[in-house]
Amino acid sequence: MTATGPGPLAPPRATARTRGSRLGDPVAGVWLAVLSVTVLGWIVVAARGGDFLTTTNVVTILQNSVALGLVAVGQSAVILTGSLDLSVAYLISLGTLVAAETMASGGVVTAVIAVLALSAAVGLANGLVVTGLKVNAFIATLGTAFILRGWIEDNYTGPAGKVPASFQHLGYDRVGPVPVSVFLLAAVAGAVWFITRRTRLGHHMYATGGDEHAARLSGVRTRRTVVVAHVICSLCVGAAALFLAARLGAGAPWAGTEARYDLESIAAVVLGGTALAGGRGGVTGTLGGVLVLAVLDSVFNQLAVDPFFKNVLRGVVIIAAVAVYARPRRAAKGRPTA
Amino acid sequence: MTAPRPLRGRPLRVRALVPAAALLATGLLASCTSDAPPDAPAAPGSTAATADGPGSGGQSEFFEQAEYERQLALAKEQPQGPADKPWEQMLRPEFTDTTRYKKDTAGGVHLCFSNAGVFNPWRQVGLKNMRAEVGLHKEITEFTVLDAQGKDDKQISDIQELTGKGCDALIVSPNTTATLTPAVEQACAEVPVIVFDRGVETDCAVTFVNPVGGYAYGAVAADFLVEKVKPGGKILALRISPGVDVLETRWSAAEVAFDKSELDVVDVKFTDGDPAKTKSVVTDALTRHGGIDGVWMDSGATAVAAVEAFEDAGQDVPPITGEDQQDFLQAWQDKKLTAIAPAYPTFQWRTPVIAALKILQGQQVPKEWKLPQPSVTEDTLDEYLRPGMPPLHYAMCGCADLPGFPEDWGGKG
Amino acid sequence: MTTATVTRHGKHVLRALGTGAPVFVLLAVVLAALALTDPGFYEPDSFLSFVKRAAPLVILAAGQYLVIVCGEFDLSVGAVVTAGVVVAAELYGSFPDAPWPLVTALLLVAGGVIGGVNGLITTALRVPSFITTLGMMLILEGAVFFWTGGSPQGALPAAFRQLGRGSAFGWLPWAVIVCLVAGAAAMLLMRSDFGRTLVATGDSERTAALAGVRVARARIIAFVLSGVAAATAAVLVGGFSGVSAQAGRGYEFEAITAVVLGGVVLGGGRGSIVAAMAGAFSLQALFTLLNLQGVSGALESTVQGCIVIAAVGLGAADWSRLRRRRTNPSEGQPL
Repeated sequence: MTATGPGPLAPPRATARTRGSRLGDPVAGVWLAVLSVTVLGWIVVAARGGDFLTTTNVVTILQNSVALGLVAVGQSAVILTGSLDLSVAYLISLGTLVAAETMASGGVVTAVIAVLALSAAVGLANGLVVTGLKVNAFIATLGTAFILRGWIEDNYTGPAGKVPASFQHLGYDRVGPVPVSVFLLAAVAGAVWFITRRTRLGHHMYATGGDEHAARLSGVRTRRTVVVAHVICSLCVGAAALFLAARLGAGAPWAGTEARYDLESIAAVVLGGTALAGGRGGVTGTLGGVLVLAVLDSVFNQLAVDPFFKNVLRGVVIIAAVAVYARPRRAAKGRPTA
Repeated sequence: MTAPRPLRGRPLRVRALVPAAALLATGLLASCTSDAPPDAPAAPGSTAATADGPGSGGQSEFFEQAEYERQLALAKEQPQGPADKPWEQMLRPEFTDTTRYKKDTAGGVHLCFSNAGVFNPWRQVGLKNMRAEVGLHKEITEFTVLDAQGKDDKQISDIQELTGKGCDALIVSPNTTATLTPAVEQACAEVPVIVFDRGVETDCAVTFVNPVGGYAYGAVAADFLVEKVKPGGKILALRISPGVDVLETRWSAAEVAFDKSELDVVDVKFTDGDPAKTKSVVTDALTRHGGIDGVWMDSGATAVAAVEAFEDAGQDVPPITGEDQQDFLQAWQDKKLTAIAPAYPTFQWRTPVIAALKILQGQQVPKEWKLPQPSVTEDTLDEYLRPGMPPLHYAMCGCADLPGFPEDWGGKG
Repeated sequence: MTTATVTRHGKHVLRALGTGAPVFVLLAVVLAALALTDPGFYEPDSFLSFVKRAAPLVILAAGQYLVIVCGEFDLSVGAVVTAGVVVAAELYGSFPDAPWPLVTALLLVAGGVIGGVNGLITTALRVPSFITTLGMMLILEGAVFFWTGGSPQGALPAAFRQLGRGSAFGWLPWAVIVCLVAGAAAMLLMRSDFGRTLVATGDSERTAALAGVRVARARIIAFVLSGVAAATAAVLVGGFSGVSAQAGRGYEFEAITAVVLGGVVLGGGRGSIVAAMAGAFSLQALFTLLNLQGVSGALESTVQGCIVIAAVGLGAADWSRLRRRRTNPSEGQPL
């Protein structure tokens, strides 16, 4: 929020390193959280006479992380630049529909291209509205969400299209205990990690998110950066839509919204230690955040927790986790002013 | 630096972008289909896919004539089975042999259930019915329920998880018809599967339990209005939201009936199941059309709100269709409405448990277990309206004989 | 010289309207369109019933404004509305004879407490309010349905529903009175020292703190008031349409949209509460217009999305530059 970050003109490597030391806490913290939730879950389930770390469970946890993981990785990119994307849920729905319908009539490759093209276009639109029209990202992407919703509701009356068996491998196959789709997530996350951490663009993203004004004064093309971040986010969402299409075997108009991918992805990103105001955090933490949610879900499943009570626990965990991350930052902030 | 130029031009461009993207996508699609035939290897796969497709596609026309006619015929038939237990009745059963699933149930039965979710009162009442039914059978020693919270993706994982849990039988209430087919097929290989409520696009399940269906529901409601409203009368159709297959069939059947009649459907509106929005929609329709002569609804959650909108506008409530929800039945009786309440009965949640036990005992079950789908009419209103039940309770729960009734359903004794 | 006076005059008007000038234009346009499509719209009855319908959103927008102007978010208001309606029905299920003022007061207090918790977590624990209130939304939705076993057990009696459904003197809906009172109170609040404190906090936390403002306290109060506003909306919504398990769904986004339509800047420090409430009216009028226009039900949200983006985009455009240009004919043409 305040411009305490290093000057945006500093060479990327150095920034990454100074940031790394400061960021060490949330990222390590969230992975510690993954570990402790797993251990706790294991103990509780074992106490009930169950077995938590079975292959089935591990597969389920990994499999359930993929869709949210892909969206959350994309969401990290926009949140890092200080923006936000609330249109992801409807974009996923539309993505699965376009994918399944194109696959039913055309080929798999065409479908992949079509979905990614659609995603990129939506991301571009989001980015341009945010930067060009200066509409706050919250409202801009909410507006896009409404537009997509109307489009979906006007054109589809239910599940549509059909995904060929060849493409469904992405949703169902696994190598040992690791579902194939996890490799997709790893690849996408790796790519976004590389972009944000190792390229000039990524450096600009952190700078823009840290302090847009300062970044612009230092010669960063902040508008372009934000637009690109939105395109990256939407492409990740497109990947999630393709994965879901493979898994569902058809396009579903409610695939994205019923799972609340919009708010859940933001929660996962923040759980992973990325600051909502931008400029701090990264993909590694986000993946941890996604895993925490997936492990929690699995524990709740094992313990047959009432679905309503599940929401209560999730809410508490999200708030508590972020409260814990906020502590060291507060201490660090307090010192120089004191 | 601050680029003051084209601000005015932008909104148009942005607004055009989304359709443009879709156009681009369809363009790509179209260009490819024309490319496809020469590419020999790709062709067989895609034609096979389209040949499988008609059931799942149908996006513009959600109407299947044969199924429509079958449902209307079924609705008129007398079901087999005990008259006082509609959840054990069946229509036109074609039995299937289950001896290969026969199991010694003395050591207890582990029954599993993958639920789409409990995101509406209908499903909440239903789950209570199912739990109570399970409680009736001492041989069921374990009953595992996984709740998918409305997520197809999670339900697929849930089904996979349950097949690995040593269930003796698996009940599935799918969140979406098309999308759960592969998961159910996988499960069928391991364990006898009972599907109910929505179907899946495979017949690998031992039995598929469901009531007559959405066409019959929609037709009953529409026929009632055709009978009660004078020719030329203005009909307002209120729907929950587009894209829900169960609700789409209800509306498409109603459309057929209205098209044949002399009634004038002046508005078809989506209410999102929100009573406040429903009231607004009805109020606006009253001003816009100067009066409404009949209201058709695809489900009852907002029926009372619609009734109140007429009252608040100081008008008589015209003939209206609702559902078997307690608050609507109560309003019907209190306000002497001209109404009908077709039902998508929640007693169907009891049947899968009964079916599962039959299957494990090696008894025959119908391949498709069609349950009757009675409507609440003027004559049967008193029979179904039970005082003291909560407003969002579904009267056709068939739960009055279950232990714990009515307290566990939120009613007063 | 004349141009100078015009400019000064224009500036004055603009300042009076705050940054929300475009929203009043939007409101006027939509209301005019309504008059054209439906001549009966301005008959007292139908206009009052329109205001009655808009009342919950207007009150929610006022509450949301207080939170937004001091730099925060409240995403939990929709859940508070749902929880309020369900809790009221549940209370009446157990105590059918409870007097309505008591139940209403209980709801308002509960709303305030929830807001207070939001505020404390946000300020004392430094959790971003987006996350605090998102978590609160999950907690409330889960807790209420966990408690009631999925759906409320009682119905709302006519006496309780009077506030949202009935009319005083047979013609003036109580909801309109509640809305006017809430609006007046909110305006007075923003004119008081506290209001200025709140805007200062949102404008620059550090400056405000250095000037002696108790920033955390101001924010907590804003959250409490937002919670109370949401509970008020719950009473009106419950009264208007009765028990529903999804009474407040989507209200959080509608309220925020309304506030932003009113030209209030997310992040705080700018915007007027009158404009925020006008934003709520415009949104509701827009819904009504779309409804009356008979836009295909499914496309309604597309139209809504476009209008919201366009309206906020127009609001965000640099009007001062445009005006300057208009007064100087050598540079650019008027609109």
